[in-house]
Amino acid sequence: MELFTPDFGLIFWMFIAFIILFVVLAIWGWPVILKNMDERADTIDKGVEYAREAKSQLDNAKAEAQKYMDQTQQQQAEMLREAARMKTQLIEEARKEASDEAKKVMDAAKVAIEQQRKEAELQFRNEVSKFSLDIAEKMVRGNLSDDKSHHELVDKMLDEIKSN
Amino acid sequence: MKNKSFILIFMALATLLMPVRSYASSGSESGEVNVKEIIFHHLGDGYGWEVPFSHVYRIPLPVIVRAEDGKWICFSSARLQEVVRITNEETGEEELVAEPRIVNIEKDGKHYQFILAHVSKHKNKVVQIFPLTPQEEEEVKAAAKNNPEIQGNVEEAEAIIGGYAGFEEHYYREYKPHDISITKNVLALLIAAVIVTALVMSVVWFYYRKGMKAPRKGVGFMEMLIDFIYTGVIKSTLHDRARKYAPFLLTCFFFILVMNLVGLIVIFPGGANLTGNIAVTLVLAVLVFIITNVMGSKHYWKEIFWPDVPIFLKFPIPIMQFIEIFGIFTKPAALCVRLFANMMGGHMIVITLTLLIFIFAAFGAIAAGGSVFISVLFSIFMLLLDVLVSFIQAYVFTLLATIFISMSTDKGHGHDSAHNENETQTESETTEPKPETPAIGNPSEATA
Repeated sequence: MELFTPDFGLIFWMFIAFIILFVVLAIWGWPVILKNMDERADTIDKGVEYAREAKSQLDNAKAEAQKYMDQTQQQQAEMLREAARMKTQLIEEARKEASDEAKKVMDAAKVAIEQQRKEAELQFRNEVSKFSLDIAEKMVRGNLSDDKSHHELVDKMLDEIKSN
Repeated sequence: MKNKSFILIFMALATLLMPVRSYASSGSESGEVNVKEIIFHHLGDGYGWEVPFSHVYRIPLPVIVRAEDGKWICFSSARLQEVVRITNEETGEEELVAEPRIVNIEKDGKHYQFILAHVSKHKNKVVQIFPLTPQEEEEVKAAAKNNPEIQGNVEEAEAIIGGYAGFEEHYYREYKPHDISITKNVLALLIAAVIVTALVMSVVWFYYRKGMKAPRKGVGFMEMLIDFIYTGVIKSTLHDRARKYAPFLLTCFFFILVMNLVGLIVIFPGGANLTGNIAVTLVLAVLVFIITNVMGSKHYWKEIFWPDVPIFLKFPIPIMQFIEIFGIFTKPAALCVRLFANMMGGHMIVITLTLLIFIFAAFGAIAAGGSVFISVLFSIFMLLLDVLVSFIQAYVFTLLATIFISMSTDKGHGHDSAHNENETQTESETTEPKPETPAIGNPSEATA
């Protein structure tokens, strides 16, 4: 059977063709392809890993940002509260100061008034005593040589009047 | 086979229905189809390549032969045949016929004659012929006398006589030269090699051009195939040795695949029954044989000459050694024959199905019409199946070659040796711990 007897020419050419094909592909073909496929697979793996990391980082960053936001809001609220507190305090202080001042002024005024009144009273008393003395002098001129005792008498009388 | 029985039923029905023509069964009519001739012509090699849709014209290819005196001679295969216009005596129609003729070559003052042998032991091969000397003439006559076919009639030169070729009513002394012609198969082989190179280089060029970008379409498909074989077969079997043997195994796979698929195309660039030719598969198997044995590790040779089996199986009479050494040769031989038989079988079935049309045409118009329908249907089915078989056979060849290489280069530190130890401990039956041929290696059932 000619189908089962290998033909020398075909064996020869097949061998040559295969060896040439093998050499060409083994030098310029397969290593390049396999290396590239591996490299690309690595790159893709790295890319996926990187993306996953980036995502987790992003999630972290988001949480962080939220935290900061919350913190700031809290701070803001605190500051507002503080400000409000300070405001009231200031107002309070101002009011107190003002009232104190007013009181002081009033007190001073009172003291002054009292002084004036006392002075006036003293003056009035002196006037009165003087008038009374004058009157009494006029009335009892001569009898009353001792001034001092008279004055005392008048004073006593005036105190009685005042207490009345 | 289902289709066979179907065809048989159909044949029976057709013979019942058709008025049988009287000469149809005689088999000697000139219009009769010589099925065997056609099948072998299509499966075999040739010195020219049929021009598509023409039966007489061939694409000329160089014939390179070494003549008896040791000179290499090269001539065009177109010179082996001559297309002549003859008139059919019965119908009066003119038709073109390719007539064989003698090629006369003058080289360095010497005269050489070659013919495409027909009445010879080297049928359809180029042989060098020499006119008979008187002594040889006597020999031929004596041989012819003993031949019951021609009863000593050498005038017609129709019977095969050893060492002589009959051509146009003469016998010549023939010499079968060493023949490295670029035949149809050789050219198809080179075309397949170019296609494989182009396919692989297209991927390489893609990398140079686009770098790390993902390939799509054709290049992507090629890469998928490469990855399928490399990761799925080579790397999973050879592990750290994968890179070393990957070029050979990948080249094998793609060369076989392309040869298989190109063989299925009917017209010019295809049509050569390459992997269905034992020479092609033989070379591939021999290469696998060389690699497995040259690269064989100590462990591999130890497994052959001193396997881990009970001592009586290997010491006084080397039974296991005999079996193992036999196995060295049968493994690549199985590779060779599996691929060859599967591919040749596929081609043969398709041709036979097509030829059914011409066989049934003798029974009349309806039988011819019916057989055309059935044949075309089954041919298409078989060709589609052959596409699948092409891939499976390329895959199986690569897979088995990988396993053989893996077995021979295994250092024996893996689980194989552990398995062996277990076996010797339990003194169980001496089964081979090697991975046996997987079930997929036998799709010959599909085409048988």
